[in-house]
This record gives sequence, structure tokens and C-alpha cells, in this order.
Amino acid sequence: MKPASSVLLLTTLTGFGYGLLAWVGVFDLFGWLPDTRSFGPAAILTALGFSSAGLVASTMHLGRPERAWRAFSQWRSSWLAREGLAAAATNVPALGFAISWWIRGPDIPLTVALGLCAGMMALLTIGCTAMIYASLKPIRQWHNAHTLPDYLIYGAFSGILLLTLILGFSHGAVRLAAGIGTVLGIIGLIAKRAYWAYIDSQTPMVTLASALGFSSGLVRPLDLPHFTENFILREMGFRIARRHRRKLRRLVILVAFAIPLACASLAALGVKPEALSVFAAVSAGMGLFIERWLFFAEATHVAAVYYGRAT
Amino acid sequence: MTSLPHASTPKKKLGLVIDLDTCVGCHACAVNCKEWNAGGFHAPLPDHDPYGGSPDGVWFNRVHSYELESEDLGCRTVNFPRSCLHCDNPACVTVCPTGASYKRADDGIVLINTDICIGCKLCSWACPYGAREFDEDAGVMKKCTLCIDRIYNEALPEEDRVPACVATCPSHARHFGDFNDPESQVSVLVSARGSMDLMEELGYRPVNKYLPPQKARIEIKSFEATESPAEGSSSPLLKLLDRILSR
Repeated sequence: MKPASSVLLLTTLTGFGYGLLAWVGVFDLFGWLPDTRSFGPAAILTALGFSSAGLVASTMHLGRPERAWRAFSQWRSSWLAREGLAAAATNVPALGFAISWWIRGPDIPLTVALGLCAGMMALLTIGCTAMIYASLKPIRQWHNAHTLPDYLIYGAFSGILLLTLILGFSHGAVRLAAGIGTVLGIIGLIAKRAYWAYIDSQTPMVTLASALGFSSGLVRPLDLPHFTENFILREMGFRIARRHRRKLRRLVILVAFAIPLACASLAALGVKPEALSVFAAVSAGMGLFIERWLFFAEATHVAAVYYGRAT
Repeated sequence: MTSLPHASTPKKKLGLVIDLDTCVGCHACAVNCKEWNAGGFHAPLPDHDPYGGSPDGVWFNRVHSYELESEDLGCRTVNFPRSCLHCDNPACVTVCPTGASYKRADDGIVLINTDICIGCKLCSWACPYGAREFDEDAGVMKKCTLCIDRIYNEALPEEDRVPACVATCPSHARHFGDFNDPESQVSVLVSARGSMDLMEELGYRPVNKYLPPQKARIEIKSFEATESPAEGSSSPLLKLLDRILSR
């Protein structure tokens, strides 16, 4: 599948934003956040800034962005519509959380409840995004049991790194957040390696014979319908060289997980948490963008089988 | 609505039967489809650099050719026109966030309302057959309409109220009709010849059916058997010529 930068930005940025929102809600429940009037609203608006930037980027993917509002209507059947609705609905408890914190403080039950509600809506939105991909039967690398938990794990991982960075600048419980970031980095790394092992062991869902409705016989492509690339081949027939794939996978392990993990674990031990939390978050941001690029580039679509390409 | 119509008693199930035994791979169906639809329901269709080095555009029908080798049939060419199959379980419809993509309750045709399509391309990802193509000029998705503007068009003579691809096929490899009517030509052909759903394992339940290639009913002599052009001929003149030329 063609990796479109607008969609890569969408899923990476909303992962950071909604992940942060979820962690702010959880940390507020346990009273782990700085008890200042501005911390909560600042953190929440940062989270909404990231998620909104992602959603704006996603409209660049549309052929008719001015009609984007229509995408809310078909929530009964479409995960994309559900994602749009969940994203819009998350803003309500999130802004309520920020306002309640500003006016009444972080400890009162209303603020805590709104925080948890915003956090749950944020995770729900990440879940809807994941289900857009997981529900697509023709793409075996997406239509499997890894996609949903993986998106939630990477959202939680990027969110806690962003919270660590903010706590580092506001003298909060940075070592605790960095500790959670370390654990999530390990989980994320294991999940990614498990995903790669899984897709490498998959067999294609269809054969050229079954695509043509033949129950037996050997089929080989002879003549193509057209000599130049068309929409189907550009969008669904994207190919990535095997040696590039190996290099990029190593890069993802290093930049998305190993470097942030090392920085977060040192920060958790109290070694320069302010500076290291910045390194961790920036590295994870770049690494997860490459991870998302590979998620698309390595995905194959069964329609490519008609052109004799790998599926 | 992108939810599928409740299929308790669908009136009609319109679709195509394509005979892979008689299709000669002439691309006339693809060309006439493009010609009709460039001025029809989904008009205009992009057609960039049509006579240049890298032509590009939207086509609803693409004709592939494959080499099939099997025990019954031997080795032969199979021409395979690929277009929307108007599935009974079309994920391209249910993934649509806007309601632009829909399946008609009356005849099962899968259509796009290009006035409300946002061009997110998700339907093209959901289609395993590569039937939907994105119109870069208009920013919306387009697809086969089963020539909805022909089959119900009372301005056309009745015999022309079939899809453009069917009307033009010189080898009568394409048939159009109602699969809910057991007496229709398409139903009769499918029950007589048998057919498998394309990518049956994915469960999209395509409506269009492809009739499999058949074993030839005449004896096909192998090329080696007729090495000498005059062999089998009783004409003395040809036999003499053969002897002279064979020296």
C-alpha cells in the first residue's frame, strides 16, 4: 500500500495527542500531576493540539477536503466515520477537564471524572483508527489481531513520552512517567517484533487461480491490460525492496524504541530527566513515523495479484 | 446509506456473466465502456496523455490475459476482463464514511454518489478486485455503474438497453441479466456451465459470474503431426512437389 504522508502524520500525531490525554487523565486520578492551576489546561491543550494537527493533516489525503464534514454520517457501518465522531466527541470531556481544572482545581471529583472520560474517549479514538485498517480484509498485514493492540500500545507509549517531557519542564513526577515509558517501550518493541514475525510467516490469502475463479491448474500472467501504472498499481501495488525493508526495520527498532527506551530508563533513574525526556520524545516521534511508513509500505493488497505482483 | 439494504426479498439482482471460453481479449468491452462512460453517469473520465508516452486515466474495465495450464485443458490463453462485480457483500459500501457509496435495494447495483464523495479512497482499499479507480481531476472515486444510464434508458431502442461492454462484445462472451430470475439467460448459463466466485475465500459474494474455459470439442492436432505440408494429401502433383522440396 502506498504510504501517503498525510495518513502517516494523522496516525502518528493522534497517537501522541490521544496517548497524552489518556495519561493526563490517569495521572490526575492518582494525584501524580503538579497541583498548579495552569498545568492541566496546558497539558490538555497540548494533547488536543497534537490530535487536531493529525486530523487536519488527514484532510490533505481527501480528494474533496471541503466535504470532510460528511464523513461523520455513516457511523453505523464505517470505522472511518466512527473515528471522526470519536475524535470530535473527545474534545467535549477534554475541554471540560481543562476548564474544571482551571476553575475548581485538579483534585475535585468532577475534574477527575472528566479526565478519565476524556482519556477513555481518546483511547476509543485510537481504537477506531486501528479498526479502519484491521477491518480491511484484502490486506493481510492489517486484517489481523495485531493491528488494534499495536495502535493502542504505540499511542500509550508516545503519549507517556510526551507527558514525561512536559513533567520534566514543570518539575512533576518525571521519573515515574519515564519509568512507565521504559516499560511501554519494551512492550512496544516486543509487539513490533511479534508483528513482523507474524506477517513474515503469513501465506497470501488468495492465489492467481482463485482470483480468476479456477479450482485447478497453473496460471501465469501473459499480457497486462495496460503498459503504464494506473491508480490501482500506484495505490495498491506499492513495492518495497527487501534490503530496504531490513534496513528500515532496524531503523525503527533503534529510533522508535531503543533510543527512547534508553533515554527514558536513564531519566527514570534520575539522570538528567529534562534533557533525556526531550530526546526520548523526539526520537520516538521520528521512529514511529518510519514505523507507520513501513506499516503501509509492507502491506500488500490482493488486487495486485491480477497484475502478477506479490500479495 | 452505506449500511447494506436488507436483502429479504430483493426484486432484482442485475449483473454480468462473462464467458472466459469465448472471450478473445479484443478489449472492445473496455474501449466501449470508456467511450460510453466518458459521457455518461460518471462523466467526464480522466484521460491524460492518451497518445503520449505515459497514458493515464480511469477505466472501469481492464482486460488481462493469462496462460492457463491444466490437465483437462492443456495449455491455453485465458482473457480476463476485470470490472466491478456488484457484490452481495460489498465492503466498499460499508467502509464509506459519507454514504456516497451505496448498494441499490431494487437491483443490487453498487454505485457512487460523486456529489457527496470526499475522495478518501478507503472504498478502493476495501475492494479486493481493484474495481474502483480514483478520479484525480474531480477528487472523487468512480466505478462501473452497470451502465445504469443505458439499461433503464427509454430513449434507447429496447435491444440496446444493456451495458456498453455487453452491447459491443463481438464474440458474445458477455451477458447481462437478472440472477434472481431462474429463467434469465444469465441464470441458465451459470447453471449449465457452472462458475466459481472470484476470491471466494474472502466472502464478498460477487454477483457477476465468470464461465470457466471448456475443453475443446474438436480434436486439436499437435504441431509436430503436420510437419510435412503435403502429408495426407493424395494429389500426385503435391506429392511430387513435396519430394522435390524435401531434397
